[in-house]
Amino acid sequence: MNSFRDYMNSPEAERFGRRGQWLSKVFSFACAAATVTCVLMLLVLVGAVLWQGLGRIDWQFVTGLNEGSKWDKTGVFVELMGSLWLIGLTAIIAVPLGVGAALYLEEYAPPSRWRTIVQINIANLAGVPSIVYGILGLALFVRFMLMGRSVIAGALTLSLVVLPIVILAAQEALRAVPGSIRQASYALGATRWQTTWHQVLPAALPGIMTGVILAISRALGEAAPLVAVGGVGYASAAPEGLLDVFSAMPLRIFFWAQLPNEEAHQLAAAAIIVLLAVLVLMNVGAVWVRYRSSKQIKW
Amino acid sequence: MSSTNPNSNLSIAPSQVSRGRYAWERAIQVVLLACACVSVLTTIGIVVVLVFEAFGFFQEVSVWSFLTGTEWRPRDGEYGILPLFCGTLLVTAAAAAVAIPLGLGTAIYLSEYATPVVREIIKPVLEVLAGIPSVVYGFLAVILVSPLIRQWFPWADATNALSAGIVVGIMVLPLVVSLSEDVLRSVPRSLREGAYALGATKFDVVVRVVVPAALSGIMASFLLAISRAIGETMAVTLAAGLMPRLTLNPFSEVQTMTAYIVETSKGDTEQGSAQYMGIFAVALALFVITMLLNLLSQWILSRMREKYE
Repeated sequence: MNSFRDYMNSPEAERFGRRGQWLSKVFSFACAAATVTCVLMLLVLVGAVLWQGLGRIDWQFVTGLNEGSKWDKTGVFVELMGSLWLIGLTAIIAVPLGVGAALYLEEYAPPSRWRTIVQINIANLAGVPSIVYGILGLALFVRFMLMGRSVIAGALTLSLVVLPIVILAAQEALRAVPGSIRQASYALGATRWQTTWHQVLPAALPGIMTGVILAISRALGEAAPLVAVGGVGYASAAPEGLLDVFSAMPLRIFFWAQLPNEEAHQLAAAAIIVLLAVLVLMNVGAVWVRYRSSKQIKW
Repeated sequence: MSSTNPNSNLSIAPSQVSRGRYAWERAIQVVLLACACVSVLTTIGIVVVLVFEAFGFFQEVSVWSFLTGTEWRPRDGEYGILPLFCGTLLVTAAAAAVAIPLGLGTAIYLSEYATPVVREIIKPVLEVLAGIPSVVYGFLAVILVSPLIRQWFPWADATNALSAGIVVGIMVLPLVVSLSEDVLRSVPRSLREGAYALGATKFDVVVRVVVPAALSGIMASFLLAISRAIGETMAVTLAAGLMPRLTLNPFSEVQTMTAYIVETSKGDTEQGSAQYMGIFAVALALFVITMLLNLLSQWILSRMREKYE
């Protein structure tokens, strides 16, 4: 009895095989369609913003001051400066703290329960909604430490938001440095810090820089924590000191997007284009840094 | 004493130099430890602040009426979180309905079907989607998605849960794709080859072998995306509206927990009032929900890693 061969030659088996191939084709087509949909959505979103805002954008919009409801004269200079203050201060606060924490976890802390707890804690902080950080900033920096609704309170809050991002990226970069470099340095009599400072950190720098830019991009786009700590949608002047009132690009976009009229929406779209342009510039910078340093380091 | 420190064995400098250096090394270590402690202190700070202020709130409003009340009208002293919770649930469900099928399909395509070149092009494009600020998604919901919805369903409110859910779904999509793709690719090649050897088609291999093997990791990515959607603030404030309402109709205006926090902290709410402390009670609920989801998904992912690595 050649029952298997009989079965394979039967029309039933052929039908089954064809059905399988057909299903296989439909499924692969559906998966490809999902991917195309994702890419199309990105194009539609960016296209909608450009279509709304491109006509409204000019040099005066970027360098102009707030002109209230004079839709055709108003500009975003104050908010742009506010955002630069915020991301500058955030970088100064969060980068040393984050890299320090990553160095401790990767180069110093022995594997222990304490290290595991810190690690889980950081992964968790990365998932805490940013508005919760805003509430922490409101209670801790604005009210308890009496900083008021100031640019430094905003920057400290943003630092807490991006700290887990900096730590996780820096850890990954440090882990990618081969152990042989450390051992060679120890063998030459270097101490742990000498090894870390002169060998490990320079080797990990491109990766760390990428993480830092990622974190700063996130800080640039965050609005929710800033609303909570009292950033205003409408400031008359850029901050001149740490305790000044501030506004920021995302806050101004939020303010305009909430208004019902068409002119405000066009302004919001134009402000989004400015914001996205800054983001793109920073990310191009990150790619350039990585490209340059990948040519220098040879293991 | 110093012989217990591994570094002292490595130093060949004279003892006095090495003593100064030893102090320096200790100091550095303490500074780095302090940096690491900031993250722990942040968590403690969040918990202390939220619990402390929420405690004050629960002196005036009972926990039971907070958790089961069906009216959220802070001006009238009605603090039942269910309408806010319902708004969050609606938006999150819509977001999941967008992000899960599209994200999983894209992840399967990238990991099982796409050529390396296509993958290298598509992945950065999706990164861009993840890098767009949340307030931009909110704006797009207002000018693009909501008008479209109202064209097809004229009875929908101007701001509605569905439009918020759709843009939040697009926002968390890259998260689902990149995490799911990672776990799909971590499924050992031998499993795929075994299935092909038994005469399976590509469809059989993907759907009956690879996806089931990676299922727990895929679930973890869904949980993370849902947690992100629950915590999403600006897009939802702009798109879903400001009207707390206990409804399951996705076309109606709702207010989410996050939108309430933003709207109330924006105004000058008097410190110590029930309204001010109410923000912290809502934030505490938000923090607990998202943290549980995050912990659960991390636990699943770490078990998955142990299994295949």
